[in-house]
Amino acid sequence: MMGLSQFGLNATKAAASSLALMIPMQPPAASTISGDIDQLYYLLTGITLFFTVLIFSIIFYFMVKYRRRSNDERPPDVHSPLVLELAWTVIPSLICVVIFVWSSILYIRSSRPPAAATEIFVVGKQWMWHLQHPEGPREINELHVPVGVPVKLTMTSQDVIHGFYVPAFRLKKDVLPGRYTSLWFEASEVGTYHLFCTEFCGTNHAEMIGWVYVMSPEDYAVWLSGGENSEPMAQQGEQIFNHYTCGYCHVADGTGRGPSLVGIFGKPEKLSSGESRVVDEAVIRQALLQPNSVPVAGYAPIMPTFQGQLTEEQILQLIAYVKSLGVQERASAR
Amino acid sequence: MSETAVNEIAHHPNPTGFAHQFEDIDQQHEAGRLGMWIFLATEILFFGGMFTSYTIYRALHLPSFVIGSHLLEVQFGATNTVVLICSSLTMALAIRSAQVGKSKSTIIFYLVLTMILGALFLGLKLRFEWYHDYLEHIVPGFGFVYRPEWGSAAPGVQMFMCFYFFMTGLHALHMVIGLGILAVLVGMAARGRFTSKYYVPLEISGLYWHFVDIVWIFLFPLLYLIGGRYAAGG
Amino acid sequence: MSTAIADIHEIPAESQVNYLNASYGIKSWLLTLDHKRIGLLYLGTITLMFLIGGVAAVLMRLNLIEPTGALVEPDTYNKLFSIHGIIMVFFFLVPSIPATLGNFLIPIMIGARDVAFPRLNLMSWYVFVTGCVFALYAVAAGGVDTGWTFYPPFSSSYSHSHVVAMALGIFIAGFSSILTGLNFIVTIHKMRAPGMTWFRLPLFIWAMYATSLIFVLGTPVIAVTLLLLAAERLLHVGIFDPAIGGDPLLFQHLFWFYSHPAVYIMILPGMGIISELITAFSRKKIFGYSFVAFSSLAIAIISFVVWGHHMFVTGQSIYAGLVFSVLSFVVAIPSAVKVFNWTATLYKGSISYEAPMLYALGFIGLFTLGGLTGLFLASLATDVHLNGTYFIVAHFHYIMVGGAIMAYMGGLHYWWPKITGRMYPDLWARFAALVIFVGFNLTFFPQFVLGYLGMPRRYGVYPQEFQVLNVLSSAGASILAIGYVIPLVYFFWSWNYGPPAGPNPWGATGLEWTTSSPPPTENFEHSVIVTEDAYNYPTADVTSE
Repeated sequence: MMGLSQFGLNATKAAASSLALMIPMQPPAASTISGDIDQLYYLLTGITLFFTVLIFSIIFYFMVKYRRRSNDERPPDVHSPLVLELAWTVIPSLICVVIFVWSSILYIRSSRPPAAATEIFVVGKQWMWHLQHPEGPREINELHVPVGVPVKLTMTSQDVIHGFYVPAFRLKKDVLPGRYTSLWFEASEVGTYHLFCTEFCGTNHAEMIGWVYVMSPEDYAVWLSGGENSEPMAQQGEQIFNHYTCGYCHVADGTGRGPSLVGIFGKPEKLSSGESRVVDEAVIRQALLQPNSVPVAGYAPIMPTFQGQLTEEQILQLIAYVKSLGVQERASAR
Repeated sequence: MSETAVNEIAHHPNPTGFAHQFEDIDQQHEAGRLGMWIFLATEILFFGGMFTSYTIYRALHLPSFVIGSHLLEVQFGATNTVVLICSSLTMALAIRSAQVGKSKSTIIFYLVLTMILGALFLGLKLRFEWYHDYLEHIVPGFGFVYRPEWGSAAPGVQMFMCFYFFMTGLHALHMVIGLGILAVLVGMAARGRFTSKYYVPLEISGLYWHFVDIVWIFLFPLLYLIGGRYAAGG
Repeated sequence: MSTAIADIHEIPAESQVNYLNASYGIKSWLLTLDHKRIGLLYLGTITLMFLIGGVAAVLMRLNLIEPTGALVEPDTYNKLFSIHGIIMVFFFLVPSIPATLGNFLIPIMIGARDVAFPRLNLMSWYVFVTGCVFALYAVAAGGVDTGWTFYPPFSSSYSHSHVVAMALGIFIAGFSSILTGLNFIVTIHKMRAPGMTWFRLPLFIWAMYATSLIFVLGTPVIAVTLLLLAAERLLHVGIFDPAIGGDPLLFQHLFWFYSHPAVYIMILPGMGIISELITAFSRKKIFGYSFVAFSSLAIAIISFVVWGHHMFVTGQSIYAGLVFSVLSFVVAIPSAVKVFNWTATLYKGSISYEAPMLYALGFIGLFTLGGLTGLFLASLATDVHLNGTYFIVAHFHYIMVGGAIMAYMGGLHYWWPKITGRMYPDLWARFAALVIFVGFNLTFFPQFVLGYLGMPRRYGVYPQEFQVLNVLSSAGASILAIGYVIPLVYFFWSWNYGPPAGPNPWGATGLEWTTSSPPPTENFEHSVIVTEDAYNYPTADVTSE
């Protein structure tokens, strides 16, 4: 069964590539999911071509065979058998089920990043991409990543909605103001690939483009350690934390006016309403910008807001710092 | 003309107001009623977009909505609710008067009463609620001022007031249009157009008026009564 | 030559009193209550809007010949694609078939004298014209650059263009749709002639009925959404602005709740026309009448629950994605059923190839292709890659232009003799249909390839490697434009110089062909009683009288 479908796919691929002639039909395949998406695409192309050619041919055949020869022709009464109606309702439905299942499996896979993914942070703004690696290096309109390593992008926008799109990876995700969206991939081919903004964002939307550089792990390590801006994000976050004297309330041992932040990331916290929620990037961002909107159990809602005082990049650096707390503690406790 | 229509004309000439595209007055009446019900369906979808947005934001920003709701003048809202319900009663009585063949002055009496109650609703709202809110600087876009006691819930309070003014504003616009329709009906009644055989304009206008009333009945608790205003200790 | 020649015993159209010559003067047109004249008023207005939207498209395609933008600056390009989309969607496609052919034909096809509410009908035209005035004012004053989708926060807080004026124009035009849809529903329910049961109705009526359901239930939502957007922009309050707790995605949900059913508003009437054309030009009753009729209703109903497929990459939950994906596949099935039934109708028919039939056959092929490319987009994994690229542009143009506009052209050609009493030159008509078909495919097929290669939409400049496909597409656009100009010329010509057409130049069934061409103001000289099913070809007397 698998062999047959594989043959069918390869045959369709061959047909499609022969149609391609001089014009490329697909972008380079550079992520671990690109090839799978292409296969599904070829299946869909095959189905489309099959039914289009089928309908066109039948119409053409009928047009010729049943062309009117005299004005007095009386076509016979043709009844529509229920079985035929059911057949051409059920068969397309089954085809749709197959496509849906196949596609959903791929989609779920591309939506759930592996736990050990390297995180990189993206801030989109009119009309450029700011990216920062947790180890510190910052990029504008360029993204360097190692091959063969899962990477998770956590993204937000500083102004309007943008879209982060790498055709070679067959992946995109909208980048929204006021919240984080994420996208994960594992690059599979070393090379240089287009990065496009894919959600209309104003005058220079078409210029909000750049490059993704997939490098071998060695080259990536070299690139990572070079350059000036190599202060790790967590360290930058710590500087902001100290600058705003957050530790005045958020005392590490929990005796302060605010909860301790050690080890809270990724864990549930209890709210004063009785419910609990897991502390993730969005929770920290909301706590910084709209504190007290969701009060935490056991603490008075007196935290001041930092709306307008922190850039999106600074918020991400603070998040990186909070993430690192508790990890350092555990590391130093050993 | 169809067979049935020919017979109709022979025995019951169509009353004034009959439109020629129809076969008979009954068809015209049915078309009018169906048309009004469909129009009300569009109105439900129209208000529905607002109600949906309201519901989502209330779920996301409940504390702000509680604060905002407590800023409203609930006594006027409640009075207005009673006023509108009474106006629906008078409207129904106007239709009833026509149905049982009462004199045109009875019909006009109830129509005018409905208009007075509608105007009272609008007057109370404009003078004691909206104007008052304007003086209190809680009208978004017209000098809205954040109050310190709202804290970080302040943006949500402005959001609530936005919805308050949009929803009651849209409702008030429909009331004004309703008053216009009632004025037209008064004119028609004065010319003796309504009989026990022909009162469909009253009936379908009544449907519209009741609909506007029902929208208010949803608006009042959703906007004015959030957060258990009169709960113990509240 | 074809069989579409008036019977030589026919009284010339000029000596009959019909709806065109029953009264003269501009007042008799601007204050008309005749649904047929109102249909013509709409025809003039939407043709004008089509030309304006078309000019924007031509300028866009000219600009895209060069990767660096051959013609205009980025801001201007952004305005061009926005204006093109807004005008084509809201001011051309949505009203096109319903307000012109629908208004003209629905009462006649059901055997009535007019629609249920003729004054409401006239008002709907004035409301539409008012909407057009607002929209054209916005264009003349500098345009909008938000795209036809108006996504905030760009449209509410960042764009410096005339968003409010345009949004108001669309809002007002929306009321015109609601009134039209309301009128049609009541007319079809209450004013069918004796004997015209639901299952004897022409399929065009079923399609128009389904379309009207979407008109009345969907349009109010876009109305309130645009109102909220305009208020946000004018009052600087944050409904959709995240900075004060608003949600830009709420706008997208509200917007697409209407705009997805809207695309079915744009295609269902066309499908209705195709049912009429295929039967008339194969002189056979439709294969699977109930299936085609119910599929129109199914499409209308299911269209309301698939809007999320426009938002697969916005970061919504996986589960939302799965639900909307499944439903988007479900909505494809009734359309497939129609295509198969139309094709089967040709079997053992008596087929002729006048221009309307060429348009109908072109529709079936192009709609099939375009509809199947919809599966690529209902499928989550491929949509992630294709969303926001030229694949989407190609997909919807195949349906809207290769589908809806071809159906509209087919319908115009088919009913032109009935509307005007004149025939147009069929050879030129067939030639134009061919030019349109070739030009259309050359314009839009390369865009599928561009999309998969990754070229995003709404780009006025692009990487060099996409140039060949863009040039092919622009070349096709110039051919397509010529294809649309040709009918404009011969339709105008035929109004005064075309040979008179008899009541039934095509030898078709349907109540509209039993009355004179053009029809009298009251539609029928005699009372209408229906005793037979639709498309009763084999036993009906098919020669003209």
